[in-house]
Amino acid sequence: MTATTTAPIAAPSVRTEKRPSGRMRAWATRAPLLPALIFMIAVTQLPFVATLVISFFDWNSLYPDARSFTGFGNYTEVLTDAALRKSVWTTILLTVTVVLASLILGLGLALLLDRKFRGRGVVRTLLIAPFLVVPVAAALLWKHVLYNPEYGLLNGLLHYVGGPQPDWISNTPLLAVEMSLVWQWTPFMMLILLAGLQSRDHQQIEAAKVDGASDWQVFRYLTLPHLRRYLELGALLGSIYIVQNFDAVFTITSGGLGTANLPYTVYQSFYQAHENGLASAAGVLVVIGSIIIATFALRVVSSLFREEVGRA
Amino acid sequence: MSATAIRVRPRSAESGHPGPRRPRGRGLGLVAWLAGIVFFLPIAWMALTSFHSEEDAATNPPSFGAALTLDGYREFFGAGGGASPWPSLINSTVASLVSTLLVLLLALPAAYALSIRPVKKWTDVLFFFLSTKMLPVVAGLLPIYLFAKNTGMLDNIWLLVILYTSMNLPIAVWMMQSFLSEVPVAIIEAAQIDGAKLPTILARVVAPIALPGIAATALICFIFSWNELLFARVLTGVVAETAPVFLTGFITSQGLFLAKVCAASLVISLPVLAAGFAAQDKLVQGLSLGAVK
Repeated sequence: MTATTTAPIAAPSVRTEKRPSGRMRAWATRAPLLPALIFMIAVTQLPFVATLVISFFDWNSLYPDARSFTGFGNYTEVLTDAALRKSVWTTILLTVTVVLASLILGLGLALLLDRKFRGRGVVRTLLIAPFLVVPVAAALLWKHVLYNPEYGLLNGLLHYVGGPQPDWISNTPLLAVEMSLVWQWTPFMMLILLAGLQSRDHQQIEAAKVDGASDWQVFRYLTLPHLRRYLELGALLGSIYIVQNFDAVFTITSGGLGTANLPYTVYQSFYQAHENGLASAAGVLVVIGSIIIATFALRVVSSLFREEVGRA
Repeated sequence: MSATAIRVRPRSAESGHPGPRRPRGRGLGLVAWLAGIVFFLPIAWMALTSFHSEEDAATNPPSFGAALTLDGYREFFGAGGGASPWPSLINSTVASLVSTLLVLLLALPAAYALSIRPVKKWTDVLFFFLSTKMLPVVAGLLPIYLFAKNTGMLDNIWLLVILYTSMNLPIAVWMMQSFLSEVPVAIIEAAQIDGAKLPTILARVVAPIALPGIAATALICFIFSWNELLFARVLTGVVAETAPVFLTGFITSQGLFLAKVCAASLVISLPVLAAGFAAQDKLVQGLSLGAVK
């Protein structure tokens, strides 16, 4: 075990019992796990099974007597539904745009904050603030206080420089939602990447500089490879949350103007259209999509962990 | 002690780097300040607007030096005959605190079993916990809604408590197992040899090392519960309405109410802002499930 490894990404430890003496003992060690495990299975897995069952029925909650088994009928309807296909595309676009933009901005801010300057702690606090505004409140702030075409702050500031007075939400609805989310998620990315920067091997960097490496070379060949895992982690965690975003879409555009993402569409189809069967089928498809993404993501995470375990 | 990863103690962001650094211009420090101000501007503007009268709040160009008033706050707290936010604030507090407590009660033993005395091949359990976070909440929402409707649990704060617990439990298990892995097994074994019983070991050896981590976990769980909208919106009505649901009443703009919206948003975000600022260093640890220090 070398004491010089800097492994900031923790691995689940792989210490195991030396000799499990008997089954009883093994279960005694597992017992503390069971309450959490059983709770999770009951509250998160059972509803999904129920969703799966409901998805094979033609069921509108306004006409509860007209419930009938329809096989894959809901699925064909959902898959041929233009609105739903569009919402799949919207979800992908929204997630990719927000994650990438926040990562790039977050990286820039982290690099700035990695340097010593007067008032660094204050600046860090200012930058974290957007992440600590309740998402609904942040969405309201953007919708009414910043974007409003007549008296919003954005157009107010543009007014000073004689710029145009766009109607942000009507002209560029998806961009409006994305901007508010990027504002919220950039601090999150910054925090993760800043932690990554501060775990670099500074002696190595100094040595490279002594050898005449330029700042760009140091960044390109030392910093960026070191940050890779942090970038991956930020992208993964950000994606998990942003794919499921409901608050911003619901608040800023109410899913209108082509901004309805999958969570909003599923919510709408049972909450407003009362189409339980269709909503469930859409939900199942969302789950299948998520599983595909999650498998890939989990592989990334577990490879990170394995790397750690292997290094120690 | 076999293959556990060694982690470096976190350096606080305030401490500089070791080794000489070439001072390079005030320029980049200024850029950083500028970025901080740009990101904070909407919040500062929200705070300022909340103290303006409705007439001054909705002007173009914006009025910076208008007279300050508490009208926005009075309106928010129901002076103008609007609905009082207090029930929703109390509901949010109950749901967030109780679910956080439940999460800790369930996650601590689980994390202990996964880190201090792990059973072979049970790392998969960790990944099962994580995978539940990746499944879209919205897909399980309908059966939960139907179940609640048929059992009379709709508009009941305890249903939210259960759901928020399930929402945060995986996060907590991951964070805590990462914190508990830091407790050296040698110490525990030494205590056992000295004849200490498990409760003593937990209280005197494990707890002191793990407490900061537990605090960070609680903080993150509280924030996520306080912020949650989708469950609360679908499953609560008049009685169990939470603060974010109360805020959705401001979505459609009718008339002048900008100062009131800003006051409401600020008051409801205050607990999270306060908690987050107080525990800045813990935030990144919590958000990355304990992976980044």
